[in-house]
Amino acid sequence: MSDDREAIFSRVRGALAPLRVRAPLPQYDTEIAVLRQVLAGRDLAELFGERIRKVGGLAFFTPAALVAHLRTGGRLHGYCDPVLWPGLAPHFGAGFQVETAFDRTRVDDYAFGITRAAGAIAETGTIILNDAATSCRLGALAPWVHVAVVERSSLFADLPQAVAGLGDDRNVVWCTGPSKTADVEGILIEGVHGPGEQIALVV
Amino acid sequence: MPSQPIDQFARELSPETRASVYQSTKTTHEKRTKLLFDQFADPNRLRTLAGEIKQHAIENLDTLLPQVEARLTGNGAKVHWASTAQGACEAVLRIMQARGATKLVKAKTMVSEEIELAHFLEGHGIEALETDLGEFIVQIDHDHPSHIVRPIIHKNRREIARSFEREGLGAYDDDPGTITRRARHYLRHKYLAADVGLTGANFVSAESGRIVLVTNEGNSRFCLAATKCHIALVGIEKIVPRDRDLAVLLNLLGRSGTAQELTVYTEFIGGPKSAAQPDGPEEMHVIFVDNGRTEVLASECREILRCIRCGACLNVCPVYRQASGHAYRSVYPGPVGAVLSPLLAGERFPQLADLPKASSLCGACNEVCPVNIPIPDLLLRLRQRAKEENVPSPGTPPMGAWALLASQPTAWRAALAGGRLMNHVPTKLIPVPALQAWAAQRELPAWRGGEFRKWLRQRRSR
Ligand code: SF4
Repeated sequence: MSDDREAIFSRVRGALAPLRVRAPLPQYDTEIAVLRQVLAGRDLAELFGERIRKVGGLAFFTPAALVAHLRTGGRLHGYCDPVLWPGLAPHFGAGFQVETAFDRTRVDDYAFGITRAAGAIAETGTIILNDAATSCRLGALAPWVHVAVVERSSLFADLPQAVAGLGDDRNVVWCTGPSKTADVEGILIEGVHGPGEQIALVV
Repeated sequence: MPSQPIDQFARELSPETRASVYQSTKTTHEKRTKLLFDQFADPNRLRTLAGEIKQHAIENLDTLLPQVEARLTGNGAKVHWASTAQGACEAVLRIMQARGATKLVKAKTMVSEEIELAHFLEGHGIEALETDLGEFIVQIDHDHPSHIVRPIIHKNRREIARSFEREGLGAYDDDPGTITRRARHYLRHKYLAADVGLTGANFVSAESGRIVLVTNEGNSRFCLAATKCHIALVGIEKIVPRDRDLAVLLNLLGRSGTAQELTVYTEFIGGPKSAAQPDGPEEMHVIFVDNGRTEVLASECREILRCIRCGACLNVCPVYRQASGHAYRSVYPGPVGAVLSPLLAGERFPQLADLPKASSLCGACNEVCPVNIPIPDLLLRLRQRAKEENVPSPGTPPMGAWALLASQPTAWRAALAGGRLMNHVPTKLIPVPALQAWAAQRELPAWRGGEFRKWLRQRRSR
């Protein structure tokens, strides 16, 4: 196997040796990859709310609105990050059953999962989760409804800024709308393996 | 009449499949164009830049590969190298055996198709299950994907419903929503029971060692939330120099592939899970695969290694739209496949040498390519190679008579003059039936052979 390593490296060197000049590393302003028209003069939280709806997600700006939505959908049993729950519990009231530990042997029991986002991207309506902020990967993925609690102060304006802000977390995932497929005859279906509803609660 | 294998496939394609391939490629292509051009001031500048970034990366693999290896190792991942398909399969098997693992779930990795991993693992008693809906259907049908991002573009819902019924996934129901729901239910328990999650990589940053994976369904995320060991199979050309380059490439990938601003799940995997996180792999292995890539790097066609597998060139290609993916008889169909597949085939090059010829060189693939690969130029280089290697080319009209005429000035002049007769020959008398049929449909302009020579002579004598 280390033989393979040496063999590959030597073939790479051999392949590149005849090149008299190598293509230079382009220097550029990441502004080129920013949707400036979309962002111009907008309040980031408001823009984020608009953009997440555009990709099939939802944004709520008060816990009460979120709770009403869950109730209407009949989603009464779910998981919530233990750190968030004390703050959210008063808004939920009777009829809800919320667990603060996610039991992977009962993934289908949870109609919703509430987790903490590490941030969000306004330009694309994207929720950012990572290992440090998000209590459990499965809780944000397996239930039909995923609710990410996004702090206004953690909003990035655009993609290049969000890349620059990846930080040192081992695992960062950007979620842009509900899980979807168009594999069957090009027809869009939401909720394939992950959530059919991707919701941000902006606080 | 003898013809190239790709033509035979295209001829046998059912009209129904052809119509659906045509329709969905055309729709995606049109949406892509609108999205790129409505939103960016200069999308072509963005494409060129992305091409420059990738070209730099592949021309500097000798420094970037060791760099990425050091980063990944520093992040706690184990790095492996595989020269060949066989070597890559064995590397996966070794990792699995060391863990006593018997179940693997995989999220779209084209390299695993390329090295025929599932088949190999099954031979060693390991279950290797596809989790992308389309790939899953391909797997239960023992079929092959026919598009890079839309593996079952060639299947309709009725066929899929029949397959699900056969596999015991529920009574016949061809509603796409029901099909998806059934797969969701079946596959989530497979993820949770699996020992290892295998993925590919869309990009690997040499700066941070981050592996970037994009999916719409969230299947790669599920693999990395449910299993305890992650294996990434990565072609050595997937490297990008810096993290910031990812913003440019991600902006282009979703738009070019599926006409989305961004793919739903974009994961940045820097290593095994953090200690505080309950879910996800504690162990991470990255297998860098060559399998012919260094040969491509050494060839005149190395630009094809920039490819980010978006599928845009398939969607726009008039040949792909008529022939569909299986006609390319390899993992990578369409214009990208017409270049890459014969190159990766090694000694089997002659078997796929018809692919570079299946192109009108219209240039549309180059125009849409997010990394600006000059595919038509590369096709020409491969045609040249086939010619030099004397690969037989059935169906190509003999050019001997033409060559003779074009190299003998007297014969040429005579032919030009004789051509005037064509103005007086009724269509019915054309000796070749195919030509007769062709001419019957058309008003040919009057033969004017020799006019240019006359003009040139007069000009010289002035
Ligand atoms: S060659 Fe270009 S257009 Fe075709 S799949 Fe690759 S990146 Fe996309």
